[in-house]
Amino acid sequence: MQLSCPMPRLDFDVITLGHGSGGLLTHKLLQSGVFDLFKNDLLDQQHDGASFELPGKLAFSTDSYVITPAFFPGGNIGELAVNGTVNDLAMCGAIPRYLSLGFIIEEGLPMTEFWEILVSIKNAAERAGVKIVTGDTKVVEKGKGDKIFINTSGVGQVHPKAAIHHSRIEAGDRILISGPVATHGIAIMSVRKGLEFETTIQSDTINLNHTVMKLLDRFGEGIRFLRDPTRGGIASVLNEIAELTQLGYELEQKHIPFDEQVEGACEMLGLDPLYVANEGLFLAVVKADIADAFLTALREDENGKQAALIGEVKTEHPGKVLLQSRIGGRRVVNYLTGEQLPRIC
Amino acid sequence: MKFLSEYRDPELVRQYLEQIHQVTTRPWKIMEICGGQTHSLVKNGILEMLPEQITMVHGPGCPVCVTPVSIIDEAVFLARQPQVIICSFGDMLRVPGSEKSLLDAKAEGADVRILYSPLEAVKLAQENPDKEVVFFAVGFETTAPANALSIIHADKSDVPNYSILASHVLVPPAMEAILGDPENQIDAFLAAGHVCTIMGMEEYYPVVEKYKTPVVITGFEPVDLLQGILMAVQQLEKGEYKLENQYTRYVQREGNRMAKETMEQVFSVSDRMWRGIGTIPQSGFEVNDRYKNYNARVKFRIDIPLARENPSCISGDIMKGLKKPFECPNFGTQCKPEHPLGAPMVSSEGACAAYYHYSSGTV
Repeated sequence: MQLSCPMPRLDFDVITLGHGSGGLLTHKLLQSGVFDLFKNDLLDQQHDGASFELPGKLAFSTDSYVITPAFFPGGNIGELAVNGTVNDLAMCGAIPRYLSLGFIIEEGLPMTEFWEILVSIKNAAERAGVKIVTGDTKVVEKGKGDKIFINTSGVGQVHPKAAIHHSRIEAGDRILISGPVATHGIAIMSVRKGLEFETTIQSDTINLNHTVMKLLDRFGEGIRFLRDPTRGGIASVLNEIAELTQLGYELEQKHIPFDEQVEGACEMLGLDPLYVANEGLFLAVVKADIADAFLTALREDENGKQAALIGEVKTEHPGKVLLQSRIGGRRVVNYLTGEQLPRIC
Repeated sequence: MKFLSEYRDPELVRQYLEQIHQVTTRPWKIMEICGGQTHSLVKNGILEMLPEQITMVHGPGCPVCVTPVSIIDEAVFLARQPQVIICSFGDMLRVPGSEKSLLDAKAEGADVRILYSPLEAVKLAQENPDKEVVFFAVGFETTAPANALSIIHADKSDVPNYSILASHVLVPPAMEAILGDPENQIDAFLAAGHVCTIMGMEEYYPVVEKYKTPVVITGFEPVDLLQGILMAVQQLEKGEYKLENQYTRYVQREGNRMAKETMEQVFSVSDRMWRGIGTIPQSGFEVNDRYKNYNARVKFRIDIPLARENPSCISGDIMKGLKKPFECPNFGTQCKPEHPLGAPMVSSEGACAAYYHYSSGTV
C-alpha cells in the first residue's frame, strides 16, 4: 500500500451512516483531510458547487464506477474513476479540466481503505492535470452497496484541432489500437471470488489525455474517431460505429496485440478477448495517409509502445465487423450479448 | 503461446487444406461431435475454406445444449429453496427452463454462483455450514471426474451440506442414437478429443464396426481439425472404416485410468433424456447408492410438474445434423442469444450461438 499522504487521525475506524448524514461527522471527515488532499482554489470555495470560466468549445462527460473488487491488481476504484472520465473527455478530443467526485459508500468500509482510494484519486488527478472541484458523500446501510461506488463527471476544453466524430469516418480509413487488448478485464477476473487464478497480469488503467492531446497537436483532423473500448471490448465499439456509419470494418487478427498471459487466461476461461473490457487503451480511426506516421508517433508515447494497425474501413459489408482469422479464414464479429460467461468444458 | 500456436500455424493450415481439396472427389457429411470443435470451425472461418463437397454437421457435444428443460427446472427449483446456494459453470445460467433460467432466479434473489471447479463448491459448503450447497454438475465424460472427486472429497472431509445435481451425458450412446436413426446422413465422425483423453479409445471400436463408419478422434485447434477432416475424407474416399487418433498428443488407448476409476466409484450409468433428442438408454451418469447422501435428487424433494420442451425450437434436428441453424425460421429473429428459445443459442459451444456470433448468415 502506497500512502504518500499520511492518513489524518479520525475518530472512527470504519465509515458509518453518520459520515453521509451531512452533519457533524460528514463535516469532520471532509475537514480532517479530504479538502486538504484535493486542495485547489475552486474546491476551497467550499460552496454547493464550483463556479469557473472556461473559454471555447467544451465537452462534458459522466461515468459511474461500481467495480468489484474495489482493489484489484494494478489499481483501485479511485484511480479508475478519475482515469475513466478523463479518458472519456480525451476521446471527445477535449483537454480535461475539472472533475466532480461523488461517493456512495457502504457502511463499514475501513477508513484505511477509504483513505487509500482518496490518495489514488489525488494521484490520478495530478497525473491527468485535472482538478476535483466539487463532490458529495453518501453512506448506505450495510448490504445496500458493494463497499464503494464512485461517480465522476468532468468538463474539458475541446482541442482546437479536434474534429472527432463517427460521421467523419470514410472507407479507406485505418483502424489502430494503442496497446494489447483485454488486459484490464482479465486482471479483474483473476481476483473475482470463485474464479481466482494465479497470474501477474495487472490492470493497465491510466489516463490517456496527454497522449491523445499530443496526437491531436500533430494530426488534428486526420484523426476521425477515438474511443476507449471499456465494457464490451473492441468488438462492441466497432459494431457500434459500423452500425452508425454503415461501413464495413475489417480486422486482421494477427495484428491485434495481446499480452501472452492474457491470451492464455482467455483460452482457459473461454473468453473472447475482443469482448473483454479494457482500460488505458484506445481505438483510433485515422485517415489512411497519416496512418503510418500516427502509428510511429503513438509508439513513441509511453502509453502506446505496443500500438498496432489492426484493420481498415471498407464500403463492403456495410454495418458489419469482420475478422480475418490468423489462419486466413474470415468471420463476423458480432455484438456481445449479455455478460461474457465462462464456458463449461 | 507455446503448445497452441503451432496448431494455429497458417502454413500448416494451408497444406492440410490443399490435401483435403486434392483427395475429395465426392460429397461427404462429417459430424464433429464436440461443441468446442464446432466453435473452432466457425470462429476460425474454416467452414468456408473447405471444399464445397464437404459438409460439416454439428453434433450433440455441447453439454449445456443437451441438458433437458426438466433438469433446468430442477436446478431452478433448488435455487429457490431459501437455504440453498446453487453453483454452476457459467454457461448454464442463461439456459431457459420451462419458465425461468437460473439467471432469472438469481435476479429474483436466489443465491446462484458461478464457479470454475466443483471443489470450490465443497469449500463454499464448508464455509457455510448452515446452508445447503448444490453443484449443478453438467457435462460429458470430461467434467465427470472432477465432479465425482468433489463428492469423494466432501465425504472424506465430512461436509454433509454438499450435494450435486447430476446432469452427465456420455458420447458413445449419442453417436449410436444418431447412426441408428433411419434419417441418418452422417458419413464419418470426428470424435471429441477431450472426452477420449479421459475415456480412451476402446469404446469407439464397436461403434465403428457396427455402423461401418469412420471415426477420427480429433482435437480442437485449426490444424487438429483440418488433419482430422483429412483423415476422415481419406478413409471415406478409399471406402474404409476404422478408428483413428489424430489427437495423439493427449489421447491414449486406455485413457486416463485414475479419472475413470474416480467416476466409477461415484457414478452409475443410467438412462438420460437429451434435449431435443429424447431419452437415450444408458447415456448418462447418476450418483450411485453409496454416495446417495450427496445426490441432490435424493436429498431434496424436488416436486415440479413435468417440463415441456419449447416446440418451436428445432434443436433436436440441429444436434442430429438434420438441419443447419440458418434453416430454423426463428434463427436470429425470435431466437437470439439474449432471448434464446433453446439451449444451442445459449452456450458458447452451441451450434446456433456459434453461427449467430461468427457468421450472421451473410458474410
